[in-house]
Amino acid sequence: MGIRFVLLVNKQGQTRLAQYYEHLTIQERRALEGEIVRKCLTRTENQCSFVEHRNYKVVYRRYASLFFLVGVDNDENELAILEFIHLLVETMDRHFGNVCELDIMFHLEKAHFMLEEMVMNGYIVETSKSNILTPIQLLDKAS
Amino acid sequence: MTSSPSIMESFFQRSLDDLIKSLRSPLLSSSPSHIISKSLDDIRRELRSTDPATKAVALQKLTYLSSLHSVDMSFAAFPVVELLSSPRFAHKKIAYLSASLSFHPGTDVLLLIPNQLRKDLNSPNPFESSLPLEFLSVASTPDLARELTPEIFTLLSSTKTHVKKRAISVIHTFFNLYPDSVRVAFKRLVENLDGSDPTVVSTAIGVFCELASKDPRSYLPLAPEFYRVLVDSKNNWILIKAVKIFGQLVPLEPRLAKRVVDPICEHMRRTGAKSLIFECVRMIVSSLADYESAVRLAVEKIHEFLVDEDPNLRYLGLNVLSILSSVNLWAVIENKEAIIKSLCDADPNIQLEALRLVMAMVSDENVAEISRVLMNYAVKSDPEFCNEILGSILSTCGRNVYELIVDFDWYVSILGEMSRNPNCRMGEEIECQMVDIGTRVKDARPELVRVGRDLLIDPALLGNPLLHHILSAAAWVSGEYIEFSKNPLELMEALLQPRTNLLPPNVRAVYIQSAFKVLVFTLNLYFMERDCIMSSSVVDLLPGVSDSVTETHCLEDCNSAECKVSVEEVKLSVENDDAAVTHSILDNVRLTCESITCMWNLIKLAMELMSGSEEVEIQERARNVLGLIHMLQEIPGFLIQNEVAFERIDPKATELVKLMLDAFSEELGPVPMNAQEKVPVPDGLTLDENLSKLDSVFGDDLPFSHGFSIQGHQHKETDGVPRFNMMNKEELEPLTESTSLLAQHRQRHGLYYLPTENEPESNDYPPANNDLQSLVNLVDAAEDLVKLTEPSKKPNRAKPRPVVIKLDEGNEVRAKTAKSVKDSKDDLISGVVRDILLGDGSKPISSQKSTSNKPPHRRVKEEGDSSSTKSKENVVDTQILIHGSPSSRKSRHRSSGKEKSKSSQDNKEKDGKRQESSRQKTHNDQYSLLFTTLCCYQGEDLEQHLVFFCNSSSYELSSSGFPEESSLVMEVAWNSH
Repeated sequence: MGIRFVLLVNKQGQTRLAQYYEHLTIQERRALEGEIVRKCLTRTENQCSFVEHRNYKVVYRRYASLFFLVGVDNDENELAILEFIHLLVETMDRHFGNVCELDIMFHLEKAHFMLEEMVMNGYIVETSKSNILTPIQLLDKAS
Repeated sequence: MTSSPSIMESFFQRSLDDLIKSLRSPLLSSSPSHIISKSLDDIRRELRSTDPATKAVALQKLTYLSSLHSVDMSFAAFPVVELLSSPRFAHKKIAYLSASLSFHPGTDVLLLIPNQLRKDLNSPNPFESSLPLEFLSVASTPDLARELTPEIFTLLSSTKTHVKKRAISVIHTFFNLYPDSVRVAFKRLVENLDGSDPTVVSTAIGVFCELASKDPRSYLPLAPEFYRVLVDSKNNWILIKAVKIFGQLVPLEPRLAKRVVDPICEHMRRTGAKSLIFECVRMIVSSLADYESAVRLAVEKIHEFLVDEDPNLRYLGLNVLSILSSVNLWAVIENKEAIIKSLCDADPNIQLEALRLVMAMVSDENVAEISRVLMNYAVKSDPEFCNEILGSILSTCGRNVYELIVDFDWYVSILGEMSRNPNCRMGEEIECQMVDIGTRVKDARPELVRVGRDLLIDPALLGNPLLHHILSAAAWVSGEYIEFSKNPLELMEALLQPRTNLLPPNVRAVYIQSAFKVLVFTLNLYFMERDCIMSSSVVDLLPGVSDSVTETHCLEDCNSAECKVSVEEVKLSVENDDAAVTHSILDNVRLTCESITCMWNLIKLAMELMSGSEEVEIQERARNVLGLIHMLQEIPGFLIQNEVAFERIDPKATELVKLMLDAFSEELGPVPMNAQEKVPVPDGLTLDENLSKLDSVFGDDLPFSHGFSIQGHQHKETDGVPRFNMMNKEELEPLTESTSLLAQHRQRHGLYYLPTENEPESNDYPPANNDLQSLVNLVDAAEDLVKLTEPSKKPNRAKPRPVVIKLDEGNEVRAKTAKSVKDSKDDLISGVVRDILLGDGSKPISSQKSTSNKPPHRRVKEEGDSSSTKSKENVVDTQILIHGSPSSRKSRHRSSGKEKSKSSQDNKEKDGKRQESSRQKTHNDQYSLLFTTLCCYQGEDLEQHLVFFCNSSSYELSSSGFPEESSLVMEVAWNSH
């Protein structure tokens, strides 16, 4: 499966985007988000970006007030996931222009759309920013 | 008229933006939960609307609330299905998003959507057809997978990469849910590895990586394909996955290692991407650890990681290094400095990894040095990590019965130091080790007693509940080995100090028992001194007779060496013309009459107090002590106030005390795992001569089941000596078996048992029972253990180990069976994969398979052709050119000759018995076809075909029972590369 979930969380620990690639009930999601947020948000800048949680790893990265948390299988390449997070942020930046929390809140659907273009069933399927954004731009034009 | 309400609705409907704004607005008095419940009411109403736009907005809002505010949206499943069929892409998209976020395999409405999904999948618009793919990857069911496999199969060869790569990842989900889809789609999935679009290859290789991680063996035949990806691809995402796959395959096929080690090293040298370097490093350390040069290169890279500023790289470097530590310790030692430095990193994760590595470096030579460094770190670090450090020191030093420890005095003092660490929470472990060292290592006892005394005497420690375990051990050690104490009186005071009431009852019980032992020891010592003094005063009176009398008397009295020593000291003092002084010197402590009386009163008072305790443990033990006290008190003239009195102490008192001392003098030893083995056969046990009747009973209800029941029938054979040896070890395990069963076994295989009676040379640990012989063994055992700690005697230590090994073996077997049950589903997939890759003929060939069996082979072959012409820079190809083909052709001819002769022989046999089966026919046809084709090819083409041949047919052979031939073909294929 590779990637199990992608979470965007703000500094206060509120979820701003949640995409799971395996089925979890609402209670399970809530519990998981709580645990992970507690674990990751207390870490400082000069600590490493990997946290082991239950039977998987969480790779996270902080951009301004937003934390990008990605849950991956244990044998997944951590550095590649960090690159993936960075790519996601860059893509969002290109679309929204210096992305911030509000952009994602008010355009959650687009954020999901981008993520869908990049990740499918836990695999990274697209890594070119312009390819990722093409359908969104088409949709914007159509509406 | 019908449209008017919907217009009204949509006009007044609150949009998602409105909802978000109201949720964010702090001005409104209402709480977020209130807003949510209010908007949920709106959403419910809006979802019933006939207007798709209204519905879409409602769904959008609901999706938002569900994914960010954990609102259950299962009630909206039906509206979602309705909206799925909307002709507008925007609506459809909203519906698919909410479907993939909220549907799960248990959702009922899934039954309603296969047709809609099929329709969308077949849509000419790639964005539209990727919507259901997205959905299917999250919420498929076996039914959906069965229904839609043909559609996905078609999309696997779609010209639009956008759709194709999504279809690839969906097919993986389908493989899991509906293994039959593997038969249909596997070949196409393999073809996608050769695609020109990197994202397609990336997805495909991702799927294979996932599949191979579950069951690598099934994907070995695809190694040439993966290899091509590994050498050709320039995309790091793809390369990472390819390296991962080889990490899985190489351990299964050592010949692969030789092939991939160069390309992987090449990638490592060439690339600047840390992620790829890391993946290669990880692959090398875990799968290619035998390749010196590759490991060298990997260690170089690891070093770069370790000294990097980025904590991520440092963490990963340490992480990888710890994989390496088991086989290539030099790599760890080379990076010692960086590791030690990481111990005080800001990140606890890094600290932990560093600690693990430091512990991996420990050997009997540097254990003291490393522990010293770590103890210093422990003092400085935060409580959690401090305990990690202490815990790992304890577990490393205690490993295999303290195999690393040479200097036990040092180790015991470290234990004492640990106890003083204010953050120490390892009390239980320290307790165990202190007691264990006491029983096992005789030479460490004086130091143990010293350390114990330091702990007991400090009243401040009693208030710390974390230390109670340690204090309990200290008290026990001090009581048990009181003869090493420099000052028993001081110890007694420590054991009876008022603050001991802070201890839990079980620890207080240990304290009382120790005080009891101290009391008896001290009294005995005191009496002996008096005896000696008295005799020496006799000596003064009657010189000449004295010496021998005293000597014999004293020797009679003292049965332990320590007593002798003290008596000698006494004598010494006596000889120093100090006869008038009635006290002796025991390491500068005066056992005067007053001090004894003082102690006597102290213990009496304390015990009387404690005999009223509510805790039975305390009460009972206090009563025991009081019993002795009362008994002694009744003896007249027991405590003589007048020091100068030269009269003998009542022999009754001396006897009593000696009796008690004897009761305590039996040394307690560690109980070995194989104690049960030494239980002697009870006398009068009649054993049946012929035990064959018992075999059936043994079969089902012997507690030591595994190896025994499997091999049980071989018992009667007398020639199976090595086997029996093994079994004998196995039988050491059970401690619950009854003596009679064991005795029966002993009778049958007495040869393999140690003799029961005369085994004075045994250096094993003593049995748990109390027979006299065992006592002798016990002392021996303790001495032997001391010897064992010396490196020269190391091999002896192996003796108690076999039991442990056996235990592990048993568990492994059980775990394996459990796993095989659990993985049945994976087996199902890989079974089908094998069928397809190997063309297994053992099962009846279904019509579907027979059609898809041969043609796909050809398809792969064709593709191989095209790719070979396409990629002239292919490393394999250039190698072929350099090597030249004659030799390879020769070997190929040889092998083909062999194969032909063998297969024709095979045919003959089959002919003689029955008609050649259709399966056999396809086999032979295939071979002759392939070999003739191969003969026509030269150079690069030949290589391609060999690869293909090895890929497809060799495993066909192996599956039909000719492993040597298949490996031959493999060999040919690989050699000719």
